[in-house]
Amino acid sequence: MRKDGRQVERLQLPFRVAFHISMQSVRIRFWRSVITAAGTVLGIAFLVSVLTAMMIQRNSGAITDPSERYRMTWLVIMSLLVCLVGITNAMLMSVTERYKEIGTMKCLGAYDIFIVELFFIESALVGLIASVIGWFLGVFAVVLIKLFSDGFKVFGWISLGEIFLYLILSIVIGTLLSVIATIIPAQVAARMPAAAALRVEV
Amino acid sequence: MAVQPQTNQTSATGTEYIVRCKDVVKEYMMGTQVVRALNGVTLDIVRGEYLSIMGPSGSGKSTLFNMIGGLDKPTSGSVFINDVDMAQLDAQELAFLRCRTIGYIFQTFNLIPVMTALENVMLPMIFGGLSTDEAIDRGIELLKLVGLGERLHHKPNELSGGQQQRVAIARALANNPQIILADEPTGNLDLRTGKEIIELLRQLNKEQGVTIISATHDLKMVDVSDRIVWIRDGRIDRVEERAAVEVRVGDVEGTPG
Ligand SMILES: Nc1ncnc2c1ncn2[C@@H]1O[C@H](COP(=O)(O)OP(=O)(O)OP(=O)(O)O)[C@@H](O)[C@H]1O
Ligand SMILES: [Mg+2]
Repeated sequence: MRKDGRQVERLQLPFRVAFHISMQSVRIRFWRSVITAAGTVLGIAFLVSVLTAMMIQRNSGAITDPSERYRMTWLVIMSLLVCLVGITNAMLMSVTERYKEIGTMKCLGAYDIFIVELFFIESALVGLIASVIGWFLGVFAVVLIKLFSDGFKVFGWISLGEIFLYLILSIVIGTLLSVIATIIPAQVAARMPAAAALRVEV
Repeated sequence: MAVQPQTNQTSATGTEYIVRCKDVVKEYMMGTQVVRALNGVTLDIVRGEYLSIMGPSGSGKSTLFNMIGGLDKPTSGSVFINDVDMAQLDAQELAFLRCRTIGYIFQTFNLIPVMTALENVMLPMIFGGLSTDEAIDRGIELLKLVGLGERLHHKPNELSGGQQQRVAIARALANNPQIILADEPTGNLDLRTGKEIIELLRQLNKEQGVTIISATHDLKMVDVSDRIVWIRDGRIDRVEERAAVEVRVGDVEGTPG
């Protein structure tokens, strides 16, 4: 207890607690989380489908045109950028929805950085889950299409090791994408004044 | 992080002021127009008193709440808490003040929707550095104190308005604050539930000695308040003391003009 008002100890938000709050937030605001996740799911699904299609083509012995590779790389990068904007937008909406909650947390003593932390953990969680779903959809879609066009010999052209590598790649890129997209929304949230707790409408 | 020691402004009569507002003016910009929400409020609040701020809608009650609670800065004038000028505090010190010295209660309860009743009460304690076990013990104790020992693990949306406000009161008490600031704590409650909440606040004020400052239109508050400050158009209109004065109340300077 501060007696003379001179010494100020640091307030804290242990990671375990922050993680728990963010996890609950993802779970309870399920549909909002789905909207945020959609961007990552689509971006990763596209990336993985391109990779998988190229792998199948390579293993089937067909010649790949190098210019085609450049074109696809370009498309994938563009699609990921579009997704980035989508996630940012969804996250910004989420922040404006939560003005009262953020203001209240600040009234309870939260530093700006706590708010940033909560949003980053939340977006990393959503990004992680979305990446796995996107990876699955990407592989599934391409295999299904190739199955129709080439029949069961497709399975001979699939390298499970590579598919697994795509999973790791997806998780890294998807989570990163989601976190990067949250930089601006998290800053907006952190700047929310404590007095927002009293605001009746937005 | 050191703040220059302030002169001790405790008056000669020995009355200890926990909050002092001096010529507080707050202006908001509405487009190009300036709205003066507070127009020179000077008010000293005694440690341990139950003070109600009454006034019509738009008179500046919530604005005063923001000033006293350190949630917003006055355009001019100053607010002292425990003789420390809040304008001197940096962001970190303000957060500490909000966490430890003041407990806030809102009209709309403002529980964190993704956390249970107990977790809500624990949050300020966790911020304050208590271990989870200590926070759980004290959280349960506080929820029992406000009569919600059976609802520890309910989410806010599973609780009635009155119950949510009780959780909010328990949360406001988490770090043993010196002041509880309430903005229309009964505004969203029915008559009976509102009365219960007022009685609970009064009980806490008497038993724990916590200073209660409550902005309200609720006339039920009049009965329990030690002092009622009526504000109108951002100025103190008049101050009423209860006939039986239990706390020693210092004189309140009227607003000039
Ligand atoms: N953030 C703001 N921006 C602009 N004007 C504001 C702001 N907050 C308050 N005001 C204005 O300041 C005046 C006082 O508002 P305040 O909210 O303090 O009144 P109040 O007494 O709490 O009213 P109520 O009983 O309706 O809650 C009003 O005219 C209001 O429109
Ligand atoms: Mg108000």
